[in-house]
Amino acid sequence: MADHLLEVRDLSVRFHTVNGMVNAVNGISWHLDRGETLAILGESGSGKSVSASAIMNLIDMPPGEITSGEILFDGMDLLKASEEDRRRLNGKRISMIFQDPLGHLNPVYPVGWQIAETAMAHGRSKTEAYERALQLMERVGIPNAKDSMGKYPHEFSGGQRQRLMIAMALVLKPDILIADEPTTALDVTVQAEVLSLLEELQEETGMGLLLITHDLGVVAESADRAVVMEGGRIVESGTPRELYHNAQHPYTRKLLAAAPGKGEMRDGTQREAPILEVRGLKKNYGQFHALKDANFDLYAGETLAVVGESGSGKSTIARLMLRLEEASGGTVAWKGEDILTKSPKEMGKLRRQLQMVFQDPTQSLNPHMSVYDIISEAWVIHPDILPKAKWRGRVEELLEQVGLQPEHALRYPHQFSGGQRQRIAIARALALEPDLIICDEAVSALDVSIQAQVIALLGELRDRLGIAFIFIAHDLPVVRDFADRVLVMKRGEIVEQGAVRQIFEDPKQGYTQRLLAAGLDSDPDVQAERRRARLALAGA
Amino acid sequence: MSETTTDTATTTPVIAPKGSTGLRRVLRMLWADKLAFVAILFLLVVLLSAIFGPMFLEEMAAKTNLRARNAPPFELTRGFFYILGGDALGRPLLARIIVASQNTMVIAAGAVLGSLVVGSTLGLIAGYAGRWTGEVIMRLADVIMSFPSLLLAVIVLYMLEPSIGNLVLVLAITRIPIYLRTTRAEVLEVRERMFVQAAKVMGASHRRIVFKHILPVILPTLLTIATLDFAFVMLAESALSFLGIGIQAPEITWGLMVSQGRQYLTNAWWLAFWPGLAIILTTMSLNLLSSWMRVALNPTQRWRLEVGGKKNG
Repeated sequence: MADHLLEVRDLSVRFHTVNGMVNAVNGISWHLDRGETLAILGESGSGKSVSASAIMNLIDMPPGEITSGEILFDGMDLLKASEEDRRRLNGKRISMIFQDPLGHLNPVYPVGWQIAETAMAHGRSKTEAYERALQLMERVGIPNAKDSMGKYPHEFSGGQRQRLMIAMALVLKPDILIADEPTTALDVTVQAEVLSLLEELQEETGMGLLLITHDLGVVAESADRAVVMEGGRIVESGTPRELYHNAQHPYTRKLLAAAPGKGEMRDGTQREAPILEVRGLKKNYGQFHALKDANFDLYAGETLAVVGESGSGKSTIARLMLRLEEASGGTVAWKGEDILTKSPKEMGKLRRQLQMVFQDPTQSLNPHMSVYDIISEAWVIHPDILPKAKWRGRVEELLEQVGLQPEHALRYPHQFSGGQRQRIAIARALALEPDLIICDEAVSALDVSIQAQVIALLGELRDRLGIAFIFIAHDLPVVRDFADRVLVMKRGEIVEQGAVRQIFEDPKQGYTQRLLAAGLDSDPDVQAERRRARLALAGA
Repeated sequence: MSETTTDTATTTPVIAPKGSTGLRRVLRMLWADKLAFVAILFLLVVLLSAIFGPMFLEEMAAKTNLRARNAPPFELTRGFFYILGGDALGRPLLARIIVASQNTMVIAAGAVLGSLVVGSTLGLIAGYAGRWTGEVIMRLADVIMSFPSLLLAVIVLYMLEPSIGNLVLVLAITRIPIYLRTTRAEVLEVRERMFVQAAKVMGASHRRIVFKHILPVILPTLLTIATLDFAFVMLAESALSFLGIGIQAPEITWGLMVSQGRQYLTNAWWLAFWPGLAIILTTMSLNLLSSWMRVALNPTQRWRLEVGGKKNG
């Protein structure tokens, strides 16, 4: 029986929802051994987190219902165990870390106390618990651990908070650590560090690591084995290398094909005079310099990618250019005229030419307006574009252009999936017939396969309509086969800019090299190469 | 994990509004929520009696009949209008409640609508305009709030004639800060949402942003507060009447009837009970209606009413 540390057999979970029964997972089986890392790979809605929730007894019943299966841990079926027994196991022998560490740390207690509390709750003495907390905080690499014990969660960076969560999960030396999207909210360089930390800790303690992720790169970097889930079923399993080179199931192949950064790089467009010239653009918040002295040009029909980690000032550039915030200095010349000095009225007319697509389409579309209202609002605001009689036809045309159906016009945003919503946002931007569209992390919130579709759509629109793009992203591979030129930003400064080929094949700046090395590739062999490069850079 | 962006969104039932006109659709949604349906029927009855009641029953409601003093309810010997009993002067309670509904509704609706409109307008300005304007409006609201509302009413009504118009004015002024603060707080949050930013990028005017993008989002909250406030205003009015600065006899309101009946509570409970029940039922109906409206006005929730039944809600 107890061949494996943890074994899930034929587990089915369904949820009662307003639309009837939804089978979240359907007869899935997998197992995890001591010292092994198993990745569950899937896109949102694939049910990849459900089995972990079942293990941790986190499924609300009702509406949830476990219809079949067993979860064997130490020869005991967890699904038949008493609440009391399961509580004893949770945290002590099986623990879990989550995507959003800020949401899972209590903001009103110092972190040292929070880590020690887990130990105290399971019957350790106070001094013993604090000693263990200190030891763990040192182990997960919190600088100045002794002083940090008294600090509160908000005083740490995102990466450090995830380290704290890991420390908290490891207090009782669990046999199994479940990590649900542990690095999704983190910057690439931090992501790589957290993953290596998890790996080191696993080697030291010999625990089994269950890694739930949507990212092929994470699988290639960390997993020993992986199962691929789609629509509540396991469609394929194997080592990352097998999956990458010899994928059997069409879904796995589709996922692999959708991974960005595989296509041909572009060699840039022929240049005339730039349509946009940014000189000495600055933004200060009090003493804090969010953007220091940015200079760059943009040519008609060109795609400029702005890449940087969070806090690098990349979104600030977009917000300043569109006058959503006022700049502290510098000029933004659009077709020879300075945008920053325009009166609100002149700006209103100019906005037609400059449009923006936001990161999260769920929030950027007004939930109270139908798709027709959302798109035609452009013409209500700028009545000279189109006479009212032609609105209906044009909305339908635009919807078709972005790959939706004309009859979608009557629906509301919540009736669409994330990818479809982003298409609506793009249609809205196109309604104004702009010359420049700024995409602020426009694909970061989407699943990989949908990300690829949206980028393909943008590429098609660019080629057909000759629109220039400024494409803001935190992820380098995404821009590799889409951009003509790339700006790399760090802490409010442009550290490097150049043609996409130059940036990817011959980066000059150390920071760009680090960023490239930290990115995760879905090919395990390439990833192993990267890891060596990363360690070399870290050592240098 | 962004579960909201899953493909399950596409599987939500899409109910095409085809073939049904606006009114039919509203009625069908109303029928789907039986409580709201009953509520609106009751409110229609109240509205009709407020409009036509005094026209037909004024005389009967004012005529004293000493034989029917504190007549107990549920006796038909004195005629139908004595079914709820008679008051301390033998006047039929049912007729009085119907007649009183006019004053009550005019005062409560006037005060609530007045404070709602003024308060939310100021709140929109305070939340949307610059920091300076906002601060001035908020401090003004603080001044009003720091006054006990009854004291304010006493002072104002001492200077002005106690009439229905002035009563509405006083009650409206004391309730303004509630809408003002709520609106401002909501505006401060909603104006930072992405779709407002998106509208700005499109070049939408301030008026458009406020009325098309911000107001619809905060309106359900305001309406809910307004319905709850309805009951408060009715009782505040009765308190003022009790102090002798509100409505004076022979004019009547439900609140006044409750306070008049209070001294007979031990031997003739029905004097205060029936008008009190009228207040409760009206408020409850408004409340049910507003919670129905909250769902009906929200496109992401509306299907609950369109599929019918609330078993899964």
